[in-house]
Amino acid sequence: MDVLLDESNRQAYLSGFTWILLLTLVSAVFSLVLGVILAAMRVSPIPVLRWAGSMWVQLFRNTPLTLIIFFCYFGLFSTLGFKVSNNITVNNFWLGVVGLSVYTAAFVCEAIRAGINSVPAGQAEAARAIGLTFSQSLTMIVLPQAIRTTIAPLGSTLIALCKNTTIVGTIGVIEASTVMKDLINSNGDAVIEVFIMFAGTFAVVLIPTGYLFNWMSRRWAVKT
Amino acid sequence: MPTTRRFAVATTVIAICTMTVLTACSGGSSSSSGQGIIEKAKTTGTLTIGVKSDQPGLSLKTGDNYEGFDINIAKILAKGLGVEAENIQWKTTVSINREPFIEQGVVDLVVATYTINDKRKNVVSFGGPYYVAGQALLVDKDSPIAAPGQMDGQVACSVVGSSSASNMEKSYPNVQLQLFDSYSKCVTALSGSGVQAVTTDNIILAGYAAQPHNVGKFKIPGEPFTTEPYGVGLKKSDVAGCNKVNEILAASAADGSYKAAYEQALGDSGLPFTPLDTSLLTNCPKGV
Repeated sequence: MDVLLDESNRQAYLSGFTWILLLTLVSAVFSLVLGVILAAMRVSPIPVLRWAGSMWVQLFRNTPLTLIIFFCYFGLFSTLGFKVSNNITVNNFWLGVVGLSVYTAAFVCEAIRAGINSVPAGQAEAARAIGLTFSQSLTMIVLPQAIRTTIAPLGSTLIALCKNTTIVGTIGVIEASTVMKDLINSNGDAVIEVFIMFAGTFAVVLIPTGYLFNWMSRRWAVKT
Repeated sequence: MPTTRRFAVATTVIAICTMTVLTACSGGSSSSSGQGIIEKAKTTGTLTIGVKSDQPGLSLKTGDNYEGFDINIAKILAKGLGVEAENIQWKTTVSINREPFIEQGVVDLVVATYTINDKRKNVVSFGGPYYVAGQALLVDKDSPIAAPGQMDGQVACSVVGSSSASNMEKSYPNVQLQLFDSYSKCVTALSGSGVQAVTTDNIILAGYAAQPHNVGKFKIPGEPFTTEPYGVGLKKSDVAGCNKVNEILAASAADGSYKAAYEQALGDSGLPFTPLDTSLLTNCPKGV
């Protein structure tokens, strides 16, 4: 257990999970916004928007995240010169956020679209009958009901996102899984302890998150 | 239900059999542990040599074939011990299993960019060094960078957890570090705009620079800023074998086969050949 007591190891552990937390939170915000926009596009009456939305979902949902993150570094940054900051670590963080967000937005979009489909068609028809425009009926009538049925699947997406952030380690953000590999390399006698410590931290954070989302989905369920 | 149970029983039986076979295998390969490499080569006519499999120019495995400077050195040693090149059994090792492989007798010799240091000398003995490497930079051929001191604010690339990375971090804190899990990614990134230099041992960099698709694109400027003597690892108790390795290395330096080994593998790399300094061949354990 000496590995866990060493001061520099503890620093590495903390900074690893700080990166995981930052990546998760920032990407969650971006992918939620992007996902709602995409879902709106997919149910809109304008064919070209519907087509663009479904292309996005098909493209990113069916591409391995490792490849997307890899492309963000080697394509977007290294070849095309897309740059957010001169600090390489900050820049890699944002490249990771871009990759995670475009990928997760596809799943958020599908969860929300399923929610929208669960709202009875009569609601949207009634909204049109009283003269609301498409965006009014979507934001005031359909989405508020749709989001409620979407809470549980969005929770699953958030948990998946949190675990997916470890892939950003491949482009040089020293997040938890990279720290773990490094600690295992330099402490060959404590492989099991190190592994349990890192896997356990994910479990300790994510299991309550799952319960929280279940509770919220019951709390705000649409009761008919 | 009965089908499921039968399946479970069958799986268990297979698993136990597999384990037995595996145990038997690993037991078998360590049975030759008593003798040194000289006797092993003489009595069996074969040697098992541990090498890396993923370092272009030094030791790269393509198909079943290993190629590079480490491989050429291993062949020279085998020849000196009376073993034909085709009777060498190559065994892929990675950095963390080199000592265990030697101690357990899985391999007879290790020629795998194996830096000689005191900690390792407690466990194994080292013939050589057959090459004195040092940490250096690999940069674009038109780059003005000649030393890490000129890289303030710029980006150097290395591998997560490597001694090159931590050395860079300590000695040159103003240089930003991009970390990947392999040097080949660093070299790819060096072709783009994000990374200005790749840093690790000069001969490893030379191996990448000598790859056919990289020839002429990069250079290794300046002098190395650390010293990494590469040794030939063998059992700690095998003092006679260790001295024999040094003898063979000294002879290869004299008859030109050492230079040929370098030129064949790294001639195109832009890293000039340095003759073997035979006065350094003093790492074998003293005494019996």
